[in-house]
Amino acid sequence: MIFFLSFILFLVGLYCVLIKKNLLKIVMGIVIMEYSVSLFLILLGYKKGGFPPIVTAGVEGTNFVDPLPQALVITAIVISIATLALIISLCMRIYQKYKTFDITKIRKLKG
Amino acid sequence: MKENKGMTLIVKTVIKFLAPIVILFGIYMILHGHLTPGGGFPGGVVIASAFVLLTLAYGKEVAEKKMKRSLASLLESTGALFFLILAVLGIFVGGWFFSNFLPKGEPLKLLSAGFIPLANIAIGLKVGGGIFAVFLALVIFRVAGEGGKEQK
Amino acid sequence: MNLLPLFIAVPLGTAFVIVLLGKMREIYSDILATIAALVLAILPFILILTLDKGETLVYSMGKWLPPQGINLVLDGLSRLMLIIINVVGFLAIVYSVSYMKKFTAKSKYYGLFMLMLTGMNGVVLTGDFFNLFVFAEIAAISSYALVAFGVEAEELEASFKYMVMGSIATTLILFSIGILYGLTGSLNMADVGRTIQGNGGTLLSLSMVLFLTGFGIKAAMIPFHAWLPDAHPSAPAPVSAMLSGVLIKALGAYALMRIFFNVFGLNLQLSWVFMILGLVSIFGGGLLALRQDDLKRLLAYSSISQMGFIILGLGCGNYWGILGALFHLLNHSSFKSLLFLNSGAVEYSAGTRKLDKMGGLSKVMPVTGATSTIASLSISGIPPFNGFWSKLFIIIGLVQANHFVLAVLAILASVLTLAYYLRMQRNTFFGKLKKELEKIKEAPLSMCFSMIVLAIACVGLGIFFYPVMKIVLEPAVEVLQKGIKYSSLILGG
Repeated sequence: MIFFLSFILFLVGLYCVLIKKNLLKIVMGIVIMEYSVSLFLILLGYKKGGFPPIVTAGVEGTNFVDPLPQALVITAIVISIATLALIISLCMRIYQKYKTFDITKIRKLKG
Repeated sequence: MKENKGMTLIVKTVIKFLAPIVILFGIYMILHGHLTPGGGFPGGVVIASAFVLLTLAYGKEVAEKKMKRSLASLLESTGALFFLILAVLGIFVGGWFFSNFLPKGEPLKLLSAGFIPLANIAIGLKVGGGIFAVFLALVIFRVAGEGGKEQK
Repeated sequence: MNLLPLFIAVPLGTAFVIVLLGKMREIYSDILATIAALVLAILPFILILTLDKGETLVYSMGKWLPPQGINLVLDGLSRLMLIIINVVGFLAIVYSVSYMKKFTAKSKYYGLFMLMLTGMNGVVLTGDFFNLFVFAEIAAISSYALVAFGVEAEELEASFKYMVMGSIATTLILFSIGILYGLTGSLNMADVGRTIQGNGGTLLSLSMVLFLTGFGIKAAMIPFHAWLPDAHPSAPAPVSAMLSGVLIKALGAYALMRIFFNVFGLNLQLSWVFMILGLVSIFGGGLLALRQDDLKRLLAYSSISQMGFIILGLGCGNYWGILGALFHLLNHSSFKSLLFLNSGAVEYSAGTRKLDKMGGLSKVMPVTGATSTIASLSISGIPPFNGFWSKLFIIIGLVQANHFVLAVLAILASVLTLAYYLRMQRNTFFGKLKKELEKIKEAPLSMCFSMIVLAIACVGLGIFFYPVMKIVLEPAVEVLQKGIKYSSLILGG
């Protein structure tokens, strides 16, 4: 059931990418999609009544939440930071050349 | 034009005390990466955000005196090369790529777990330098972009 | 045995050293990049000479054994892809030594190029799903930056379109890896393959569909092709050669082959899906290429069409189909890269890309004209060049599987390919020389070197196809045909 909700968040992001006409709103749609997938990955590792997977000196117990998806999500977040930095600088350069953020007017390549 | 001079006096005073504490916290997160949550990536981002705070509060010139853009790029490349050298040294000392060749102490102490603290330092350098370089590139471009548009 | 991590470590280290050194003097970055690419190009041949035919190497990083650890797997299919990636990469770097003189930030270009090589080498060598994702992302992000390298208005728009679609593909692939992890509890390809055998279920089908869509966007199959005709013409010519000749194959076709043949296992529905998608790509790309006015855009649509041939051969599933598809992959890298390098030489000397402004260029640019003719004849499937053999094998495979209608359609598509390449050749190189083009010279020496080497490869692969087939291609076909037994090979040994 929880996974279904993260899939709905993914579809919200996809709607932004497909329908909106402003360049920056499309970028925000991409960011929402990447966050929804990271959320889905973390939720996969949840166990009922689990502890954070850190071995500290005083705490006893072995019911740890799965730590592998957390490592995957750190890597995925860093990759999405790099993509976001690149796409934002592209948007700024496009504004300098085309003087608009409207994607229906940025159509020099056709055919 | 007001943004070139920085923000108000209250912000400047608070940031003057806060920025070293933030950098110290970032270094703590990087060094204790094998004991507490965090590690290279979030520690590097915290260090970069301390410099971003300085840039926002004082304007571009003061922050550029503290860490120039070429220094940020240099830190970034050095961090990556350091990480790669650690991995390749694994071949020569341990026999396999990326093997853990420094002595592993007892668990829960600071100097344990082989070369993982060194790898965390390398990643922290790279991420911190990288994110601050990206921020500087975007900020400088904004000023130049408006100037360029006026010239056209 | 220790050579395998070098494929990843050498370009990664070179990228950062070039960025550091290039700030000092530019000539250092040229020399360093060429040396590193030469080392990378020689390494796969050393591997072929020192290993037996078809032997599989499993290299565990850090001595952590699979399925807990990450391992690098070198089997026949990886050997074929490594040769393609590194040799074409070396030739593209030699070409860029003179082509990129017009651009200013040359050291950053070499750094990004080396990062792209790292990513692609990592994708074909890894045996782990998440490692595949990370290396695919490294290659993709460097290619986004390389497409927008000369910051004109059209290139920025093309790179933005490419980035949006590439990010959607990334998200879909990550979603699917998450579903597979939830179902099986492991990320190793061999382990997942062993655990899901025989089980069906809707979640598994959802994961397959998401993988097909995600890697289909990266491989530019129709209907996911919309980024390719804008991105490939706008990039600088050596980057276009790498993108069209290697990247869509290493990230797209290779990943599809590895996942669908070795992990999921090919069944009847999947092979029909591949064949239909392949056929639609062939005709879509071919018909759209007939009307193009811009030289590089025509080549980009032709790439979509030829990728359709590869997917069609893969979907066939029997020995001749897969052999033809893999041979066509090897051939397409050689002649499509050659065609893009030619178009770069034409653009460098004549300054234009429009077909109606050129004409009779073979009188003033003999090397470019001759190599372009060889490449066009190869891609259309004229004997004795290499394109003929690969298309013949695909058609034999289709006939053997009793898909006669598809075989006839494939032959028609080859005739279509010949049609638009003849038009391109006539407009560019033959015919009367226009007045304003009389003073241009031949391309510089390093560009000619790369083009001649690729042309020799086209002719050589066509004439010597039998030893090439035995040494390089047959182990690759064996790997794909073994299918799900790949997992017992990795984990048992």
